[in-house]
Amino acid sequence: MPLKQMEGSRAVAETVALCRPEVIPAYPISPQTHIVEALSGLVRTGELAPCEYVNVESEFAAMSVVIGASATGARTYTATASQGLLFMVEALYNASGLGLPIVMTVANRAIGAPINIWNDHSDSMSQRDSGWIQLYAETNQEAADLHIQAFRLAEQLSLPVMVCMDGFILTHAFERVELPTQEQVDAFLPAFEPRQILDPAEPVSIGAMVGPEAFTEVRYLMHAKQMLALNAIPVVSDEFAAAFGRESGGLLRGYRSDDAETVVVALGSVLGTIEDVIDELRDEGVSIGAVAVKCFRPWPYDEIREALAGAKRVVVVEKAFAVAPASSAGGRSCDSGCRAPGPRTWRCCRPGSRQGAGRMRAWRAWSGHRRTAGRIASRSTARSPGPGCGPPRHATGSARAS
Amino acid sequence: MSFCRIDDRPIRVREPIVAPDALIIQDPTLLHQVDVFGGMRAGGAVLINTGRAVADLGLADLDFNVLAVPASELAREHVGRPLPNAALLGGFAALCGVFSLESVTTAIAARFPRAIAKGNIAAAVAAHAFVEGARHAA
Repeated sequence: MPLKQMEGSRAVAETVALCRPEVIPAYPISPQTHIVEALSGLVRTGELAPCEYVNVESEFAAMSVVIGASATGARTYTATASQGLLFMVEALYNASGLGLPIVMTVANRAIGAPINIWNDHSDSMSQRDSGWIQLYAETNQEAADLHIQAFRLAEQLSLPVMVCMDGFILTHAFERVELPTQEQVDAFLPAFEPRQILDPAEPVSIGAMVGPEAFTEVRYLMHAKQMLALNAIPVVSDEFAAAFGRESGGLLRGYRSDDAETVVVALGSVLGTIEDVIDELRDEGVSIGAVAVKCFRPWPYDEIREALAGAKRVVVVEKAFAVAPASSAGGRSCDSGCRAPGPRTWRCCRPGSRQGAGRMRAWRAWSGHRRTAGRIASRSTARSPGPGCGPPRHATGSARAS
Repeated sequence: MSFCRIDDRPIRVREPIVAPDALIIQDPTLLHQVDVFGGMRAGGAVLINTGRAVADLGLADLDFNVLAVPASELAREHVGRPLPNAALLGGFAALCGVFSLESVTTAIAARFPRAIAKGNIAAAVAAHAFVEGARHAA
């Protein structure tokens, strides 16, 4: 297939259609609307068939219908953003708890009030612990590609997957995208074979009552199952690269980071801007690189630590406001116990940021952090944080004020 | 507001454009309400959707290459509605010279059903010719 200039939403819709979803319940909300609008058109014209498009009355209904359809063994898809995702929350936990392989696009948008239709990550990051796998796209090509991988992962692991793409910056931008053929997608993504289905002819109960004696164990098993995605995601992205001839997805991607003293960690479309800034700074002799986080949930602890092992400074650019220590990534809430302290981490938290770090703002943030680094280094010597999980907590508060 | 970048290399930056080389103003009533030229580079190209002459717009002291095209009127004539977008693209192709009129008409044909594309292509072609004429007259 040739490269085409196309809108991100259109690229995602056409790619989702190639994945042959059988039921799509959706409720429109900016900046997700163009995706489901295009899919409804593909269903109406018969280009996507067999598929039932259900025009529901709310996002809560969208997630409820998608759960019901998935439980009967249908490949299902929906999309939302911002308040729409929050309106789904009660049902989101049921989708993951029931182990339903639903794929959903989140066209990332800020949460009100004040009302703001523009991009940040506070919607999907607020669902960090909902049990959904969360993948983040840097480009429209990757957004499209991640959906093909998401169906594979969801059905392989029996877990729902969110594909997060920055609202407007990606969804409404026209970029070059290469869409695969139906034959390519069919070869990569076999028909969905559910492990268990709801069928009146052979009735079963799913998600039945579990008392306190086993509830914690069940939730632990869910978490342990989600952590298996850390093994599955690189395998699927490698297979994708072999089948489609381009790299997309995975857990992390380094950019000029191997020998970098300063590493900027970010996720989503802002990475393109960061990479341009890194090239400029490298030309000036600054030792700097980036690590792109592709998979936010489950969080790839080992890979992150390995990628940052040689860094003297780590700057984390987040597009979400979180009051927890360290970052939305979880800070000290370790999945695998205590660890030796890694490189110091400073978090650049800019709630409601519209388009990510501008070149000058990125530079200011970086140089500001560098100054903060000196202050914190002298203080932390006196306070001797000692061994513990993750970055020193007191570093974060100081950095945020800068 | 919307932004466009044109390059021969893959475009990675996704920031708002704050120092444009070129500016298309769809609504001329903004000219003296908002600092629409803020950040413009000296000698940059400006295309304004208006039926009035540039000399009548009160922009004499600007160091830009300013041209006007009656895009809404051309759209009314060829599309039947005052939707200036396609005409402005045709006019801008003539003004900036970075992409061809053929690219514009091909994109319009790919984007819209045939009847709607036909009118918009006619508007783009007419605006292109108008701006070409204005450039040669200038």
